[in-house]
Amino acid sequence: MEHTALELIELGAVFFALGLLGRLAGRIGLSPIPLYLIGGVFFGTGGVIPLSGIEGFTAIAGEVGVVLLLLLLGLEYSASELVTGLKRSWAAGLLDIVLNGAPGAIVALILGWGPVGAFVMAGVTYISSSGIVAKVLSDLGRLGNRETPVVLSILVFEDLVMALYLPILTAVLVGVGLAGGLTAVAVSLAVLAVVLLVALRYGHLVSKVVDSPDREVFLLKVLGLALLVAGFASAMQVSAAVGAFLLGIAISGSTAENATKLLEPLRDLFAAVFFVVFGLNTDPSAIPPVLGWAVVLALVTTLTKVGTGWFAARQVGIGPLGRARAGAALVARGEFSIVIAGLAVTFPGIPPELAALATAYVLLMAVLGPVAARVVEPVARWARTRIPARRQAAAPSAGS
Amino acid sequence: MSNVNVEVTPLPGIGVKKDFALRGGRRIGVITHRDGKIELIISKSDDPDACLAELPLSVDEAAALSNLLGAPQLVAQLNAEHQDLPGIHTRQIPVGAPFDGRTLGDTALRTRTGVSVVAVMRAGQVHPSPTPDFTLTAGDLMVTVGTTEGLDNAVKILKRG
Repeated sequence: MEHTALELIELGAVFFALGLLGRLAGRIGLSPIPLYLIGGVFFGTGGVIPLSGIEGFTAIAGEVGVVLLLLLLGLEYSASELVTGLKRSWAAGLLDIVLNGAPGAIVALILGWGPVGAFVMAGVTYISSSGIVAKVLSDLGRLGNRETPVVLSILVFEDLVMALYLPILTAVLVGVGLAGGLTAVAVSLAVLAVVLLVALRYGHLVSKVVDSPDREVFLLKVLGLALLVAGFASAMQVSAAVGAFLLGIAISGSTAENATKLLEPLRDLFAAVFFVVFGLNTDPSAIPPVLGWAVVLALVTTLTKVGTGWFAARQVGIGPLGRARAGAALVARGEFSIVIAGLAVTFPGIPPELAALATAYVLLMAVLGPVAARVVEPVARWARTRIPARRQAAAPSAGS
Repeated sequence: MSNVNVEVTPLPGIGVKKDFALRGGRRIGVITHRDGKIELIISKSDDPDACLAELPLSVDEAAALSNLLGAPQLVAQLNAEHQDLPGIHTRQIPVGAPFDGRTLGDTALRTRTGVSVVAVMRAGQVHPSPTPDFTLTAGDLMVTVGTTEGLDNAVKILKRG
């Protein structure tokens, strides 16, 4: 009985503290993710207030958080939107992979984390936070802007890339070698294609299975199915998160909307736990040694993301100001970088410094992203009046 | 009749944007969010890619705005057609609260004023030649044809019941 009381108090304290942090984040116009991470670092091993006894709950809750993050991401897009996104932005999408994956991979190689570490860090620096980006675009009143569809298509492309990346990462981490890795690629490509096809043709049937006019029944069915799919995907080494993402895509129409409304608060709760757990497992004393590298990565990948957005916007004939805005909007990294790092650190071959670097990097980028999106316009205007002649020559980086 | 080219752009995860370029080059349009929220968008004058304003509209507000924009066109068209008939005018008359939820037949406009109701405009939609059992809503615009006197009476009736 005493034991339960202590656990409830600890859990309550954690949630309450997160609530306060979230409110603070809202006050200063930040995404709450960096604050949750900091919260986790403080609660964790070597932190200010070490917690014990609730690891069992927080570990599984964190996993559920990842499943819900990806499920809601999938629910947000319909299959046809994914296909148009893919068609519209594949060139910029490929450039995005090269420009933004490379810095992370190179730094990991310099630090001697090997090819697997490089693959993990490439994912961490590649993927923008669609949550932060979408919120910033809507906060700044840019949804109607002509460059916004470009930004959104790149996010769609990145999310599809992640559906391929996560299964490969899982395979690589398990250590299956080249042949196994290629099998994972083939399997995940095939599964993705089948799900897109099923969702385009028979999405209403999948929706019918989970749909119910009763909120409680609906919630239990959706959540249950998501965890089942995630569990089976995980058992087949395809990554639980991707299973949930694909289920989200397959559910469509009004069912998807209702599911989003019902699951959003649950996602917020469990995802917060996930970020805290990640922070918990990050040793605060490991951060200062990698902080320099995190700053370097932050600067470089800010420039490379701006370059990506600039290129994508120029392709569809957007003016220089709009190109700069598109680039800066994409800068934020957040939840998915942590999902990738969180998946990696559970495997023995991965150095614990990687978690520290990922934490420091995401802390910087989740703060820097919204700031970049805000200041880009005045800076770009200033640059245009200041250096009109050099503009043409320096075009790809002028927006930064 | 129209040479306006409305561009429809899907916004993945958000909704659909429908806009078009005005003669001056600025763009105006609407974003329909997936949850049904509507926003009016107007582009900046110095940067056609950016938005000067994104105004969220409620369903009622959007309906009122579309009536304001749509009705004059219909009235102007009808006026032009009735030009050669002296003494006949077309006018748009708002439906007042007394007739909210009641039928067109309840107004007895034809018997009381001699005015004909050509169409009812609601939420930007034209409902032509409404029958007496057509249910009215406060805020509807009636497009009516009749004499000046009859139209003036119709305005009073629709306002006060």
